[in-house]
Amino acid sequence: MGVSILSNSKEGLKISISGDIDHHSSSDMRIKIDSFIEKYHPKIVILDFSSVSFMDTSGIGLILGRFKLTERMGIKLEVVNARNRVKRIIEFSGIKSLGILK
Amino acid sequence: MKKYECINEMDLSFISKSNNESFARATISAFVSQLDPTIDELTDIKTSVSEAVTNCIAHAYNEQIGIIYINAKIFSNGKISIKIRDKGVGIDDVDQAMEPLFTTGGSDRSGLGFAVMKSFMDRVKVKSYVGKGTTVLMEKSIIRRSNKNEK
Ligand SMILES: Nc1ncnc2c1ncn2[C@@H]1O[C@H](COP(=O)(O)OP(=O)(O)O)[C@@H](O)[C@H]1O
Ligand SMILES: [Mg+2]
Repeated sequence: MGVSILSNSKEGLKISISGDIDHHSSSDMRIKIDSFIEKYHPKIVILDFSSVSFMDTSGIGLILGRFKLTERMGIKLEVVNARNRVKRIIEFSGIKSLGILK
Repeated sequence: MKKYECINEMDLSFISKSNNESFARATISAFVSQLDPTIDELTDIKTSVSEAVTNCIAHAYNEQIGIIYINAKIFSNGKISIKIRDKGVGIDDVDQAMEPLFTTGGSDRSGLGFAVMKSFMDRVKVKSYVGKGTTVLMEKSIIRRSNKNEK
């Protein structure tokens, strides 16, 4: 449960997020993701959502916040492998238009 | 209109600690499961409850400790009604609060909590008094399995 690095190369940093993303869990996740991004400063950050079991709008806030951070740092952000029910709330939020959902 | 009978009811209260968000979701899931909802219906309800409970913790009690009350009822026609109540700061302008993207929270809040509740449930009603607290009433009809199979 939580946040861990799946792969890290010059090209990109792939981070796995697992478990439920809610107001409780998201603050810890945010701190961990941001520390990885700041430590490795990759060209691309890929957030792998395949192990996310549940997400409410706290997850939307988490994605949006990381989008702002990476944009500021000149880093490309991608969100991949979200399961259908997680994808649904991401699509509902309209952040699909940022082009980060793959 | 016919008035449908309430066939089951639960009351739950817990303190506004954020690790109770998952507790509230799990409890509501277990209670609603007796109606045999689809995974989609269950996710809609879990998500909406998570939003309302989070609002009590993050806004009503503003990270201080207060009590959150949940009452849920199941009716004979498959309708579920859920009331989530706090005795926190209250909302000055409910219409504005319910507008998508409106938030008084920090940069990590999206302002989409009420929008999700409205979209995922059939009906959402909010009553609030400044300094007294807020009640969110949500309703959703669970389609009976036999009807589901026909689809
Ligand atoms: N239970 C509550 N008590 C006090 N204020 C609330 C409550 N629920 C919602 N609000 C207010 O309504 C706003 C919008 O809520 P919401 O749509 O869930 O977005 P968010 O939680 O991301 O701010 C909140 O920022 C807050 O100002
Ligand atoms: Mg909210």
